Amino acid sequence: MRTPDVEVLWWDGCPSTERALDELGAVLRELGLVDAQVRMREITTDADAERVGFLGSPTILIDGRDIAPAASNDTAALSCRVYRRRDGRISPTPDPEDLKDVLRRAAAQEVS
Amino acid sequence: MTLTIGEAAPEFELPDTEGAMWASRDSAPATVVVFTCNHCPYALAWHDRIAQAARDYADQGVRFLAINSNDAERYPRDSYEAMRQRVAAEDWPMPYLHDATQEVARTYEAEKTPHLFVLDAESRLRYAGAPDADYDDPALRAQWLRDALDAVLAGVEPARPQTRAVGCSIKWKP
Repeated sequence: MRTPDVEVLWWDGCPSTERALDELGAVLRELGLVDAQVRMREITTDADAERVGFLGSPTILIDGRDIAPAASNDTAALSCRVYRRRDGRISPTPDPEDLKDVLRRAAAQEVS
Repeated sequence: MTLTIGEAAPEFELPDTEGAMWASRDSAPATVVVFTCNHCPYALAWHDRIAQAARDYADQGVRFLAINSNDAERYPRDSYEAMRQRVAAEDWPMPYLHDATQEVARTYEAEKTPHLFVLDAESRLRYAGAPDADYDDPALRAQWLRDALDAVLAGVEPARPQTRAVGCSIKWKP
């Protein structure tokens, strides 16, 4: 099992980061990915958001890929990101089960 | 926040999504001013609870006014047209008002979406803050808001007149 690269893009104007990190940490521990380093990248300007395609805070990249597909009306902006939990509720953080699925797949990939 | 509990709330008049004008001054025994928007997950997560409170208190004459003050240039999902589309697609028990100049948000010193202000029959501020303690728990049913409304309707001071608003920042124009 490899250790995936985990990066969290965040914006200071949104209060979701702490909860997202708590949920991400819990999932990493549950999967036994205790060596995973969570890299933090702050997005501070509209230009930054546009340049990196930042769809809102937090955006979690696993091996460089966004864990959530972009919605058709998503635009790059300094804002809180809208996620949908598996039970249909809207949430400022991704469903931990979705996180778990993505991380499990990434960890199972063979190292090339 | 410097708009203090007990102080007369600023008056306003704003258009809803059909262009009809709504004034803050009214004969209602209580008015709930809700700063909200389309793009914020906190506002969206709490929306159904606030809407249900609007339905539940309608027969007591309580009036709910939802207001979107966000800068639509930088946040197109909060445009007037997007507000119209949302109201047309959903069952809203309250008017959705457009604060295009952001003047109302400024005078209320609204900071977040959602940010709630409960006014009594004399338009005095009786509660300001969040709908309840956790956006992620629908079972809370906007209880802080309901507690404030019950107190105002009973003619007493809310036991919890102020809470910390939690959500996205109001998106001010540059």
